Amino acid sequence: MVSAVFHSPLDVSAEGSAIKKEAAPAYSAGAGSLKDTKPASQVPAEKAAPGYDWSGLLLKVLPPFFGLALLVGIWAMVSIGTASSIPSPLETWKQAVVIFSDPFYSKGPNDQGVGWNILFSLKRVAVGFGLAAVVGIPVGFLIGRFEFLSRMFNPLISLLRPVSPLAWLPIGLLVFKGANPAAIWTIFICSIWPMIINTAVGVQRVPQDYMNVARVLNLSEWKIVTKILFPSVLPYMLTGVRLAVGTAWLVIVAAEMLTGGVGIGFWVWDEWNNLNVKNIIIAIFVIGIVGLLLEYALIKLATAFTFEEVKS
Amino acid sequence: MSIESMNSKYIEIQGVEQTFKTKKGQFPALRDINLTVAKGEFVALIGHSGCGKSTLLNLIAGLTLPTQGSLICASREIAGPGPERAVVFQNHSLLPWLTCFENIYLGVERVFGTRNPGAAAESKAQLKARTDAALALVGLTAAAQKRPGEISGGMKQRVGIARALAMEPKVLLMDEPFGALDALTRAKLQDELLEIVARTESTVVMVTHDVDEAVLLSDKIVMMTNGPAATIGEVLSVDLPRPRNRVALADSPEYLGHRKAVIDFLYTRQAHVEKAA
Repeated sequence: MVSAVFHSPLDVSAEGSAIKKEAAPAYSAGAGSLKDTKPASQVPAEKAAPGYDWSGLLLKVLPPFFGLALLVGIWAMVSIGTASSIPSPLETWKQAVVIFSDPFYSKGPNDQGVGWNILFSLKRVAVGFGLAAVVGIPVGFLIGRFEFLSRMFNPLISLLRPVSPLAWLPIGLLVFKGANPAAIWTIFICSIWPMIINTAVGVQRVPQDYMNVARVLNLSEWKIVTKILFPSVLPYMLTGVRLAVGTAWLVIVAAEMLTGGVGIGFWVWDEWNNLNVKNIIIAIFVIGIVGLLLEYALIKLATAFTFEEVKS
Repeated sequence: MSIESMNSKYIEIQGVEQTFKTKKGQFPALRDINLTVAKGEFVALIGHSGCGKSTLLNLIAGLTLPTQGSLICASREIAGPGPERAVVFQNHSLLPWLTCFENIYLGVERVFGTRNPGAAAESKAQLKARTDAALALVGLTAAAQKRPGEISGGMKQRVGIARALAMEPKVLLMDEPFGALDALTRAKLQDELLEIVARTESTVVMVTHDVDEAVLLSDKIVMMTNGPAATIGEVLSVDLPRPRNRVALADSPEYLGHRKAVIDFLYTRQAHVEKAA
């Protein structure tokens, strides 16, 4: 199976342009009326208001708001239904304010602020993921470029890819004899597959036209790699990176629950042992938000490196 | 071989046959192709779609090798693609991450920036000057720092032509270079091409499906029969005087006569039969 899905950046840019289009008429209407009625300072604001496309803005803001409201509503009902063994949204919010007012305290290895926990988790993801990129991207290039290697490694990848990364954790513990390197090893394993596969697919999908140009210009292998292969594979590669980061962030929580130490996953488990459900719910939100930010940053990065393709 | 015969047989195609392997078995695309192109000659390949015009052009480019027969360019067997036979692709094939300047520079650098037999490597300034000159030739100096995504289809095609010409090729191969353009832009580029070819005395082989384009531009029109196993049906010499002017030619009897001959071939003798593919 091929996981080179690459639509999100386009969706984002389409959304961006939609926002611009909606905003543009409102702007010009506002500017026009400002010029006309400069002396009366209150009039322009009133005049500009009807020109503003409120319905568009409402459509953007209201549905997500309703979605969140629905979540909080269900949560509140569950909280009432379970006689507050699941804490209510309000209590959790109060607790969150307390926690985030001092995110970077440190009282010994098992009691550190939520900020430290997030940073430690991110550091593990970064190291494991970075190693996976260093290995996976060149391997992906080779597999994509040479049919023989592709046929050689495809069965291996197909066999190993569906394995839950956590299944590799004991091997990591055995080989590296430490919780931290074992967690990094798990991240490495789960990040490497999307990077290899997407890079390989990207290399295989370099338009034949570009390769023909390279042949007619008689470019050197180095120029082919730097001027043609790398730029045209980059969007695929970044998709692989995005998928890898998503998975890595999913896996790190589970891995840390098993290995302990400092980290957001361990924090969740620790709070469960303390029966502090409020903190667990806060952790769920924190994990979600960090994942969202990682994803968003990588989509932005991918958009910046996507170019118009040859259409034939 | 005398210089004269070398010049009159600058490109020589002898008994070329091209068969493709497909899932359904062997597909004979071309058979029995014999053609010579003189130095400085402008040859148009015309025929219905699927008749193997582009296949023949790719063979001359060296992008594919023939199943049988031989192709010779400047007394050398064509064994693969190379910058001495520059190709202007149908879809321009500019690299979208490079600016127009960089797209042209890539080829210029390869041809003139390395030490060749008989010529030392040129300096960066010289290479840059060549690239600028090529951009100026197609009137795109202002767009040098733009990416292909930021310019119009006609401009992209002009950059493609500039890229090919900047390498000072022995032969310029064009695969329906203006096929994707609107009629007005196409006419403008045809006029520009006529002028550039006259100035550079290039040898050109151009694939087209536009009868007027073929008659206006070429010295020789090679008309191909329908595929599969297409071959050259007829070769028409176009001896209209140059420089040619499309407005003046529009009602010239010779021009109309040539035009009629091509149309006759294409629509009467080789009327395209739609096959259930």
